Amino acid sequence: MTDAVHKTSLFVQNDSTKRRNAAEKRFRLFGKAAITVGLLMLVVLTYTIVSKGTGAFQQTFITLQVELLESKLDKKGNRDIEEMKKVSTFGYAPLLKTAIETTVAAAGIETSLKSKDMAQILSDSAAAQLRDRVLADPLLIGQTVEFRLLTNSWIDGYLKGRVTRESIANNKNVSVEQLDLVDALVAQGIVEKSFNLSFITGSDASDKRPEAAGIGVAMIGSFAMMMVVLALSLPIGVAASIYLEEFAPKNWFTDVIEVNIANLAAVPSIVFGILGLAIFINTMHLPQSAPLVGGLVLTLMTLPTIIISTRAALKAVPPSIRSAALGLGASKMQSVFHHVLPLAAPGILTGTIIGLAQALGETAPLLLIGMIGYIATNMPETVSDALLAPNSVMPAQIYEWAKRADPAFYERAWGGIIILLVFLITMNTLAVILRRRFERRW
Amino acid sequence: MSQSVLVLAIIAIAVVGFGLGRAKVVSKQERLHSLPRYYGTFVALCAGVPAFAVMLLWVLFAPIIMLQPIFDQITPDMIPEGGAASLIMADISRLSDGLITAQEAGLIDPAAIGAPVNLTVLGEMLGQAGVILGSEIQDSTLILALEMVERTQTSHTLLVVVTLATALIGLATGYMRVSPRFWARNMVERAYLGLLILAAGVAIFTTVGIVLSMLFETINFFGLHDWRDFFFGLNWAPSFQDDSELAILPLLWGTLYISIVALFVAVPIGLFAAIYLSEYASRSVRSFAKPLLEVLAGIPTIVYGLFALIVFGPFLKTWFGDGGFLGVNWMSDARSVATAGIVMGIMLIPFVSSLSDDIINAVPQALRDGSYGLGATQSETIKQVVLPAALPGIVGAILLAASRAIGETMIVVLGAGAIARFSANPLEALTTITTRIVSQLTGDGDFNSPETLVAFALGLTLFVITLGLNIIALMIVRKYREQYE
Repeated sequence: MTDAVHKTSLFVQNDSTKRRNAAEKRFRLFGKAAITVGLLMLVVLTYTIVSKGTGAFQQTFITLQVELLESKLDKKGNRDIEEMKKVSTFGYAPLLKTAIETTVAAAGIETSLKSKDMAQILSDSAAAQLRDRVLADPLLIGQTVEFRLLTNSWIDGYLKGRVTRESIANNKNVSVEQLDLVDALVAQGIVEKSFNLSFITGSDASDKRPEAAGIGVAMIGSFAMMMVVLALSLPIGVAASIYLEEFAPKNWFTDVIEVNIANLAAVPSIVFGILGLAIFINTMHLPQSAPLVGGLVLTLMTLPTIIISTRAALKAVPPSIRSAALGLGASKMQSVFHHVLPLAAPGILTGTIIGLAQALGETAPLLLIGMIGYIATNMPETVSDALLAPNSVMPAQIYEWAKRADPAFYERAWGGIIILLVFLITMNTLAVILRRRFERRW
Repeated sequence: MSQSVLVLAIIAIAVVGFGLGRAKVVSKQERLHSLPRYYGTFVALCAGVPAFAVMLLWVLFAPIIMLQPIFDQITPDMIPEGGAASLIMADISRLSDGLITAQEAGLIDPAAIGAPVNLTVLGEMLGQAGVILGSEIQDSTLILALEMVERTQTSHTLLVVVTLATALIGLATGYMRVSPRFWARNMVERAYLGLLILAAGVAIFTTVGIVLSMLFETINFFGLHDWRDFFFGLNWAPSFQDDSELAILPLLWGTLYISIVALFVAVPIGLFAAIYLSEYASRSVRSFAKPLLEVLAGIPTIVYGLFALIVFGPFLKTWFGDGGFLGVNWMSDARSVATAGIVMGIMLIPFVSSLSDDIINAVPQALRDGSYGLGATQSETIKQVVLPAALPGIVGAILLAASRAIGETMIVVLGAGAIARFSANPLEALTTITTRIVSQLTGDGDFNSPETLVAFALGLTLFVITLGLNIIALMIVRKYREQYE
């Protein structure tokens, strides 16, 4: 070999090597970029949810001294609840007007607004708040009572920065003078933002009152539905997995079941909703919008998930356990139920929790069986009500708010998502802890 | 006797059976074939299982048999303008429930109502019982409700009698068969196995239920609407006159277009992420990046839907919309193919990456070592050895992601818009099969109109498409897996 053939050392890169190394670097970069994009999306989603949703946990309240005039609320003066119930919320509205006028005057705030326009900053549900309190305690009539009332969503939005003076130029619901008044009231501490418990415990409210809407009733609906799913899918799923993993002979029947489970796991969730509508509601005449029916539909949907993870858990128990049990004279059934199943329990529970979490976030099939957000207006009082009375679930409630195309409702939708995600994160953490704590490596 | 009391009664009978069966063999002082509790369990199962089966079947099917005649009696003139027969049916069942409650509370005196029902008297009694009659309840509805009360009560009496009789007969039969030489454990275990098989069969029932429920309504639909318009028509225009055009093609176009956009986002990102995680990443990077990426798959789709509608759509519009940064006016609405497609693509990243990751990891190390030995760089090895070896599995993963994209509902409901048309502009709104299913079935139209029934035909089409994709994907994955095992 002469130098004429090999001019360069192996340690000096020639063009081809440079090209190949550059390609290598590029390829690696693509990989890193892909991971970064994925994780960035997660960050963006989290940031969006937190930044847009936390507002829903705060609400603007106004503190008013309301004189509960007997002449308006109980003309006969006999404090008969039945008679007082006849006074509708319209009967309470004048009291609010007077109250806000006196409050503003007492605070020494100058405004050109009439009392009617001043009262407009209150929520439409303020009068109802007053009425509920009075009907609960008729002895208040005739006294001047301090009330903490909701303001309307525009004022609330103004304090949260969602509504600005520029953005309300042609808005009939709120005027610049009202915002001036609110600024003055805020300075005096009469109007203030504070934690809003009724968002977590309350019920959905009509289109005009985003400030009064809460997710509590839908939460109960979700909870009732989850209980149905748990009660049905865990025993059925575990029984099915035990059969398939431990007993099933290899024949066409087992094959059919296996293929069915694999396919059901990938059927779009909305198809389960159609099934529920056609069979549970139209054929069996089960009540529409009931969490029970939602639970049945989602049971069918989660079963494949639970079966797949339960089978994996059963498979992980080593055959020596079974052999030992059989060798000591246990029957096949005894070896499974007394030995294999307890050892597989942590894995089964983990799979079940993940299946339930999936069901908790499901929306589309529940819309089809009538669990639409605006139905969630009455807090169920008994267990059978919680299962059978029309209700909604958290994701459907969020969807309902998203549809209303009002920034005040959007804020509530994001707030609802925070609550939903808190539940999901709790469930998934529980699953991880269970797996770490109890799972045995053989 | 309410149903919960009935359940308790059956359980009580079964418990008594357990005691009796056990006592019978223990008292004999002979060598037993099985442990005493198996004899007890045998008798308990004989008493309980058939009784519960009868009860379950009754509860499932009695309403169908019982309510159908009443449903059939609802005449078109009873249905108010814009209402549906099912609403009347709901009224009837609510009324009959109220009547039963009132009767049990002793607030309704059947004698006072009279044989030809005196509706005014009945109404007053119901009012006292706290059952509110809606203003629009007609006399005919009330009569049907009364008939329903009668049928419910007959059915209920029969249920109690038949179930308790089954339980007692079962108890007696079981007790007679039990003796010390009786193979009780084997019988009990056989019964358990039967229950296990039944549970496994639920998967089959579900599939059959899905297919049958959609098939029947689809046949109804094709009875009311021309099938040629559904399959070959070019317009989707439901109307409340009789001239709806309900064609699947524009919806199918929207569905496929959005899914393809989603895959264009998810496949490169997911695949590169999988390659990086399995071939390059250190253990620590992998252990934190992989679970975090998978979080994306665990977020409920409603969250992505809201993100598309409120954040991502408007964001796209600030670039492509009127007065946007690019100075073009290509986008008139925040909802568009790109909005829904890209957000859906983000959701699908972990589907592609997790599955591909598993498949790439399954490629034997020997193949890589051989390639390195020949002087190939790591990326050349991946491109020319690992990926070709993993290709069938990756195709399977992509098909599974595609089937998920086609069946995805909430993201497109919120992010894609509602306009059915053949448009190739990704910045315009289109609609999909799933969106239309939701809107046709959650509207307040009459259930038996073609506009509602079309949802079942759409659902069946969706089911067939996704099933086909899944089967092909599973076949490819399975075939590939056999190569290295």
